[in-house]
Amino acid sequence: MEVVLSIAIGVLGGSGVWLLLRPRTFQVLLGLSLLSYAVNLFIFAMGSLSIRAEPIIVSGRPADLQHYTDPMPQALVLTAIVIGFATTALFLVVLLALRGLTGTDHVDGREDSR
Amino acid sequence: MNLVVAPILLPMLSAALILLLGERRLRWKALLNVASCVVGLGIGVALLIAIDGHDTTRAFSVYLPSNWPVPFGIVLVLDRLSALMLVLTAGIALAALLYALARWQRAGVHFHSLFQLQLMGLNGAFLTGDLFNLFVFFEVMLVASYGLLLHGSGPRRVQAGLHYVAVNLVASSLFLIGTAMLYGVSGTLNLADMAAKLGRIPAADRGLLHAGAAILGIAFVAKAAAWPLNFWLLPTYTAASPPAAALFAVMTKVGFYAVLRIWTLFFPRGHDGTFLFGADALIWIGLATLVFSTVGLWGAQRLDRAVAFSLIVSSGALLAAAGFDAPALTGGALYYLVGSTLAAAAFLLLTELMDRSRQLAEEPALVESPRDGAPFIEPGARPAWPADVNLDDDERALIGRAVPAALVFLGLAFTICALLTAGLPPFSGFLAKVVMLTALLHPNGLGSMAAPAGVAAWSLVALLILSGLAAMIALVRVGIRWLWAPHGRPAPRLRVIECLPIGLLLAACVGLVVWAGPVLRYTQAAAESLLRPALYIEAVLSTRPVPPPAARDVAP
Repeated sequence: MEVVLSIAIGVLGGSGVWLLLRPRTFQVLLGLSLLSYAVNLFIFAMGSLSIRAEPIIVSGRPADLQHYTDPMPQALVLTAIVIGFATTALFLVVLLALRGLTGTDHVDGREDSR
Repeated sequence: MNLVVAPILLPMLSAALILLLGERRLRWKALLNVASCVVGLGIGVALLIAIDGHDTTRAFSVYLPSNWPVPFGIVLVLDRLSALMLVLTAGIALAALLYALARWQRAGVHFHSLFQLQLMGLNGAFLTGDLFNLFVFFEVMLVASYGLLLHGSGPRRVQAGLHYVAVNLVASSLFLIGTAMLYGVSGTLNLADMAAKLGRIPAADRGLLHAGAAILGIAFVAKAAAWPLNFWLLPTYTAASPPAAALFAVMTKVGFYAVLRIWTLFFPRGHDGTFLFGADALIWIGLATLVFSTVGLWGAQRLDRAVAFSLIVSSGALLAAAGFDAPALTGGALYYLVGSTLAAAAFLLLTELMDRSRQLAEEPALVESPRDGAPFIEPGARPAWPADVNLDDDERALIGRAVPAALVFLGLAFTICALLTAGLPPFSGFLAKVVMLTALLHPNGLGSMAAPAGVAAWSLVALLILSGLAAMIALVRVGIRWLWAPHGRPAPRLRVIECLPIGLLLAACVGLVVWAGPVLRYTQAAAESLLRPALYIEAVLSTRPVPPPAARDVAP
């Protein structure tokens, strides 16, 4: 499971960075989204990866990380998702405003003079 | 002390109230905002005085917002450094707001609420004692700054905004990765708890710890505008409306604050294994930033660009000074931080007023030019005079004519700002540089020559002086062009509400010189307590939650 998760994070992060460096604003937006997915998965992985373990304590089971998953990264991921979603939405607004003002979707507001 | 939470709650509540007032009622919103800023400044000063009353070992005030035991709930910690930053932020916010009342508050609907939210983020970042909470307050501050940057709209702001948002989103991702790695290594997010546990981390995990800290450091350094991660600053700060830009002058200092806070806590001297991790990198990043901004300043032709470069100069000097980990130098650097931020804020406000005087002069020239075939005046170029105007006659006519008050104000304010930025006597920039240079050349105190300064220290000495020279050259050039060269230009019409905040900021800078003794004593105490992280850790970890009322009744 560790290998699958790390490959997933690597692929998401790599494609995110590649898209981020592209000249079109929509590609940048997608890159930022992919990068934030990679980061969220990474935070998740920093707790303990476990199958069939829950973060909420039930009676009759000893309260340690052998029997439960760490609830902290889950809380952090939740916060990070909300903040990342809001800022990405804001980026979308700026993107549309730039498109409307300059008539191009290049990140510099004008096409390369090639 | 319950007052510690007020700098966060006050702007939050004001922002909510201002939002409730709707899109009109500008007068009420402005009144509410000013009142909140004044009260915020009062709270900041009260906290500063209260914290200064304690001696170094007990100068901490810890507040548990949800009354949870310490390593589990979030904490707010006030010490000398955060109190200083709170007062600086509140002061600059008040000045920027007063300036915005003249014109800029009408350029968009939600200026006042965004302004207060930005203050909430800034104050929270200075107060929090929890790594993830720091991230949240960074985001609050940044989201509000996106809105403030776009205030007034226009293609230039939107385009600068797009780059600014993208860069900051990437930096936030790095912040999250660093935070997650540190959590994975230490199992806690509380800064004091984490600092206490880092010494006991097994050697196998130390690579992970260093990688996490380095990634976190990159996020902070990008926000502090260190080379090569500072390309976003120039377009952003020159495109933002002046009051927003003045408030942004504090924002680069948040990155520096975070570096200073976390590095002094996590990697203090004498911590084996993690001893001063990354201090060299910090010094050389700072020096590279200084070189970059000095060259940029040298070539800056426009005032707003020169001011933006001077902000990067101060960032570079501060980061390099933080890397040396010497109390005397850090104390001087904190004094430099206050002075340079106030000066940069005043300068950013002044830039617009000076631009306005140039625009006034250009309009008639453009109307006349088709008639007598005079060349068009290019923005930023020397005004070209029509061939038939005799300059000598013009000058003779000027003799004995009273200089308009507006021009006197602009000239005086520009001169003081230039002296402050370049670090020339008699203002605070000069004093700060003297203190920093003395600390660099005499690492063991004045008079003892036991440990000579190293290459890095000499480089910083040279670059501090060179950057002052570059600032002087650039500003004198701009000043001659704006204030001396054009004759017969109509005086710009300035309003008192626009001049007042600049005057207040400059008065604060003069106050920094007049009361240099107490201020320097305060910053030295702040630096000393920063370099003894055991005090901070002890103060936070020994805090107990307040018992609920029922338990208190039962206990006796």
